[in-house]
Amino acid sequence: MGDIPILKIGDCLLVSIQVDMHDRLALALQDDLTERIVADHARGVMIDISALEIVDSFIGRMLNNIAAMSRVLDAITVVVGMRPAVAITLVELGLSLTGVRTALNVDKGLALIRRAIDSPERDDADRYG
Amino acid sequence: MNDDRNTIWSLVEKHHQRLLTEWLACQQRDLRLPDSDRKADTAGLARRFLEEFRRGTASAQFDDIQAAEWQPMRELLEDLSRDRALQGFSPNETAVFVFSLKEPLFALLRREFGADADRLASETWIASRLIDELGLYTMECFAKTREEVINRQQQELLELSTPVVTLWDGILALPLIGTLDSERTQIVMESLLQRIVTSGAEIAIIDITGVPTVDTLVAQHLIKTISAARLMGADCILSGIRPQIAQTIVHLGLELNVVSKATMADALALALRRTGKVITERKQPANPEA
Repeated sequence: MGDIPILKIGDCLLVSIQVDMHDRLALALQDDLTERIVADHARGVMIDISALEIVDSFIGRMLNNIAAMSRVLDAITVVVGMRPAVAITLVELGLSLTGVRTALNVDKGLALIRRAIDSPERDDADRYG
Repeated sequence: MNDDRNTIWSLVEKHHQRLLTEWLACQQRDLRLPDSDRKADTAGLARRFLEEFRRGTASAQFDDIQAAEWQPMRELLEDLSRDRALQGFSPNETAVFVFSLKEPLFALLRREFGADADRLASETWIASRLIDELGLYTMECFAKTREEVINRQQQELLELSTPVVTLWDGILALPLIGTLDSERTQIVMESLLQRIVTSGAEIAIIDITGVPTVDTLVAQHLIKTISAARLMGADCILSGIRPQIAQTIVHLGLELNVVSKATMADALALALRRTGKVITERKQPANPEA
């Protein structure tokens, strides 16, 4: 069982989760990711979950945690590639991942991070105004 | 005993043609079949019915039409009632087809046993019960077919009333019409998310102009749809909120947590602004050739 690879794209980090998550793996990922954000001066983190067919409350909480940690380190977290069935299940479970930003795919996720870095205030104001 | 009980069969066997003619005359009188097409149709059905009736009564099994001997008759009646339900016959017309056999059959019995009152009464009773059963079975099939039609229409309505419209590149609209129950929400959600995946849209406008009332349950369904779209990376804008509904939402203390606009036009303007597009009036007077 290897670790989850973290890829660097410009000043963003890409994490693609393709195996079943469990406690130890999640903790290892959080360790690795926070270290890489600091080491690479990353401004954005993309978590690709397009390979996951089942997302439960555990993974939901992990995504929220990673987003909170990245925010402290001044990086924006975007969850990308969620499947429709997964989205419906999460909503039915009452987990709408309010602390996390989302995008349809890596492309759009990258664009979202770029936009948010360029004009953080405007983006937020536009989103909720 | 067998011969005794099988009077009806022997009578039908003997007077087959006459019974058919009289029966058709009764139907013609009761239903006033308008066109010759239907008349020929009914005559054909009546002939088949009488054939199966003869075969069924041959078994002397008068009490239970669920018996194996009546199997072809039941199939005939199922076909008949299904066809009639689909063609839009009234229940009355369908029932009369079977029940009108009573008149010629009873007349036949009277001619045969006119002198023997006891015999006449008992035979009439047997024949009456049998035809009643057949008639009721027909009606049951008829109602069942109608129910199927209604269910199918309901399903079609469900699909028709939840279209996802592409308003602009990257902007989807979801005009909701009718009350949102959980079943519809499920379908709305699925079709919206599927379209988000295929079109890559980042903004979805949910228009609730056609939703008659918004209570806590409907709001809950809306929130679910909005959250699911957000998880797929699409932001939702709620539009078409009527003044009464705005008041209801506040009175119920509902928090929708979404950008909302009064009209679809406002929502589209905001969506275009977010995707970096503007709509402006043309400064030059319109060129007639353009």
